[in-house]
Amino acid sequence: MTTATAPNVTATAACRDADLLDERKKQVHRAGQGPIDMACNRESLAGAVSQRACVFCGSRVVLYPIADALHLVHGPIGCAAYTWDIRGALSSGPELHRLSFSTDLQEKDVIFGGEKKLAAALDELIDLHKPKAAFVYSTCIVGLIGDDLGAVCRKMSEKKGIPVIPVQSEGFKGNKREGYLAACKAMFRLVGTAPTDDVSPLSVNILGDFNLAGEIWIVRGYLARMGIQVVANITGDGRVDDIRRCHGAALNLVQCSGSTMDLARMMKEKYGTPHLRVSYLGIEDMADSLYAVAEHFESVDPGIVERTRDLVREELAALMPRLRDIRRDLSGKRAAIYVGGSFKAFSLIKAFRHIGMNVVLVGSQTGTQEEYRELETVCDPGTVIIDDANPLELSHYVRELDVDVFVGGVKERPIAHKLGVGFCDHNHERKIALAGFEGMYNFAREVHASVMSPVWRFVPRRSQRAAVPTGADA
Amino acid sequence: MTLDYVANDGLCAGDDAVAGDCDCGGSCAEFGAGCANGCADGCANGCADGCADGCDCSEAPEAGPETAPDDCGSASAALLTPVALKAAPSNTGGGKPGKAPRPKRPDFVSTTNACKLCTPLGAMLAFRGVEGAVPFLHGSQGCATYMRRYVISHYREPMDIASSSLGEKQAVYGGGPNLKKGILNVMKKYDPALVGVATTCLTETIGDDVGGYLREFRNEFGDLDLPEIVHVHTPSYSGTHMEGWNAAVRALVDQLAIDKVEPHGKVALLPGFVSPADLRHLRDLVTDFGSDVVILPDLSDPLDGPALEDYTPLPEGGTPLADIRALSGAAAVIECGRSLAMTPTGPSGSSGSAGPATAGRVLHERFGLPLHAVGLPIGLRETDALVAALEAVTGKPLPRRHELERGRFVDALVDGHKYVSGKRAVVYGEADLVIGLVSLLTEIGVHTVLAATGTRGAHLAESIAAVTEGMLPAMPAVIEGADFEEIADTAEGLSPDLLVGNSKGYRYARQWNIPLVRAGFPIHDRFGGHRLLHVGYAGAQALMDRIVNAVIEKTQSDSPVGYCYL
Repeated sequence: MTTATAPNVTATAACRDADLLDERKKQVHRAGQGPIDMACNRESLAGAVSQRACVFCGSRVVLYPIADALHLVHGPIGCAAYTWDIRGALSSGPELHRLSFSTDLQEKDVIFGGEKKLAAALDELIDLHKPKAAFVYSTCIVGLIGDDLGAVCRKMSEKKGIPVIPVQSEGFKGNKREGYLAACKAMFRLVGTAPTDDVSPLSVNILGDFNLAGEIWIVRGYLARMGIQVVANITGDGRVDDIRRCHGAALNLVQCSGSTMDLARMMKEKYGTPHLRVSYLGIEDMADSLYAVAEHFESVDPGIVERTRDLVREELAALMPRLRDIRRDLSGKRAAIYVGGSFKAFSLIKAFRHIGMNVVLVGSQTGTQEEYRELETVCDPGTVIIDDANPLELSHYVRELDVDVFVGGVKERPIAHKLGVGFCDHNHERKIALAGFEGMYNFAREVHASVMSPVWRFVPRRSQRAAVPTGADA
Repeated sequence: MTLDYVANDGLCAGDDAVAGDCDCGGSCAEFGAGCANGCADGCANGCADGCADGCDCSEAPEAGPETAPDDCGSASAALLTPVALKAAPSNTGGGKPGKAPRPKRPDFVSTTNACKLCTPLGAMLAFRGVEGAVPFLHGSQGCATYMRRYVISHYREPMDIASSSLGEKQAVYGGGPNLKKGILNVMKKYDPALVGVATTCLTETIGDDVGGYLREFRNEFGDLDLPEIVHVHTPSYSGTHMEGWNAAVRALVDQLAIDKVEPHGKVALLPGFVSPADLRHLRDLVTDFGSDVVILPDLSDPLDGPALEDYTPLPEGGTPLADIRALSGAAAVIECGRSLAMTPTGPSGSSGSAGPATAGRVLHERFGLPLHAVGLPIGLRETDALVAALEAVTGKPLPRRHELERGRFVDALVDGHKYVSGKRAVVYGEADLVIGLVSLLTEIGVHTVLAATGTRGAHLAESIAAVTEGMLPAMPAVIEGADFEEIADTAEGLSPDLLVGNSKGYRYARQWNIPLVRAGFPIHDRFGGHRLLHVGYAGAQALMDRIVNAVIEKTQSDSPVGYCYL
């Protein structure tokens, strides 16, 4: 029988870090215990089961939602097969992105080169699908067999009269971050190639939102109420023609610390477009983001601040009563966060506070030194901060810290579930919108639905600690 | 209009008849007169041997609508109105009529919506089925992560895959050091009994000598308590996940079953890529014959385990290493998979290793074990074949429990036949799964009109011919190396009533508004996909129930009446 009380978290805190591989120790830190010095953004350790992916994955994640482009993966079949329609990135129009195109390189292509096959594939697919542009993703072996992607793309571009853009995303040439950069470089080739006549002085591009479950539509709704025109969605519900003229926008709103910041920097450099870092997750971050946008445009349109205030007031008036019951149930429960980029972690920590929960573990695949330092300042003392974790480490801390709900992606879900811990999917596969004020409610409901389920009564680890629901609307 | 069940096996049926075309699927033996009168030699396409008059049976049915003379269809439609009436509504599914024809696929070099996964994934799954094993990918980090996610979404279980995480430097100078360091790290964290190393397109292309690296590793670290290390060549530019699976199973046997041991009389069962539920059922079946069984690989517990109090780095279960090492003492080896059995001897594309082409043949040739090559035991006859092998090996008759299961299935065949008789199915997936499913579908009276696999060189047509012989009006269209777009292009001319296969066909089922009966891997859009039972008499029953119910549900939801009594 397990004990009826939760383990004392601080008492057990120090004891089991010894399980970590030596090289990994510098990628784990406990908030408030000495200076934080994370050895992050390094290559994943051979043999450790990293939750990370590769350069290709980074590029694919960023570009995938551009719905009227052809996304052709140049390589053997796996890279295309594993990324076929697995994300909830919605489109309001064309859905070409939901098909999985590959050159499916075979042994003879590896030996004799894949350029011909690539050209033929582009030829037939562009004719068949008539995309507005084509992205050609390089994979591991393309980098090795030396196909001249640039040349093939150039030729095809001339022949078909659409941009055909190589994405230098050879999987082994770094981690996801390099993939983000490659994607941004690819998109930057589109920027500035279409007229910007009808762009309002009150206009933005939305960068780093992928319209999972329609999230970008929520954000666009708020911006519309503020009187702001959105020129391009980058890249959720994205369109090639919008990206081509997005340099006309007055401001770039950049969400997701890693994925599209490079594009914002390039646009700042070439077109002088300023950018704001924003987050649409959680109440404060959503409101702060809208206020920051309002402030930015105040000199152009003095009324915008008032409009924004009204918007936030209305939304909160609707949201807060709905959160109340949920918070009552969840108060004092413990959460663990493990996400791709650390920006999400900041927002999630705050979002959990709104529903009365404590974050005891927070980590990411691709956080930077600076981000982790910032992260520590918003964490409670004793919170474990971890970079590029693996299942063993995650499960170790889930147990040690007695977590009630784990927020992560599909790879973390079975770890949480196997140990009898609730789960909230916060990755690209999810089908529930978590952005904006209504997203905050969805998030709270998701967490509530998992934490308050009766099933924890029956799992071995928790058989004595059953939650008692109070009838919240969930 | 109430004639909603008609054996529309060909004749001039379906939307094609309405459109004035001919789609003579066959069954001409039965309706010979009508066929001959109605369509004369226009009735050429897709007609089985039974159709005597001017039929060119070598033509694949999918060529039908375009090539048939116009007058043929209208004549037969007039003659056999009910058939046309019956099939007409299925047109409304969308996608079929009035759509701009796609370019003919054979000219296409690109792949759209692959009907296969990459080679190393199969090897990773097979290695997961060995007790205490850590599957290890020698390549870049992304491969392992992508595969883990893909596998986890099906089994809803942890699936750790270690990776040597090669970066740019290693791609230039070779991945040996990372491979060795990776194995050491895996030893430290997992204390595995076995590390199953598979290569990837990256390490195959840079020409890493994994065998050589592993020899060095064993020399360098011989003082440590080393796990067994089995390695397999699985370049993803050669073959599919099934070749990877088969190569890994073969490598396990080839590299671990070295010594001749005392006969222990167990049955060695190489089941192929089946579900945890299937594996449990097969274990019960052999055990009920009073014989112990070694199933290799056995994913049942590692990928369908209980809730845990404490996370274990390695899941419980899987084939014990000792059992693999002692396979030479088995009474016989039973290897499932008709397509697998036709693997040519010699260095094959994906495994790259010389010698016998399958694990079963290795055991047969190395130790003289009797080898029973049977199909994946899906459906009545393929299960009968497995049972016959077990009877031969054990010298015992089919245990009563299973005999009753068989009897109940035959009873159900009769009870359910009218719901599905003559329905037209498109089946896709791994070749051996497809063969088994087609065999079962044929037994329950469903006509497979298209059988497709992403694998090339699977000898699918031969096996499909064998399991449908004498029972179908026409040989189904068969495609190897198919992607889903090709399957869709072909299926559109065939008026299918249902799809049978994994989740990835859902897009098309939705487009055509026909049911998808889920089977195989991956099931990413339903709960409990890994608990689906396909094999044995019980599996045949479970599949038949689901197929019949899918058809009933479709009838029910399409009906304006809303019957609750069907």
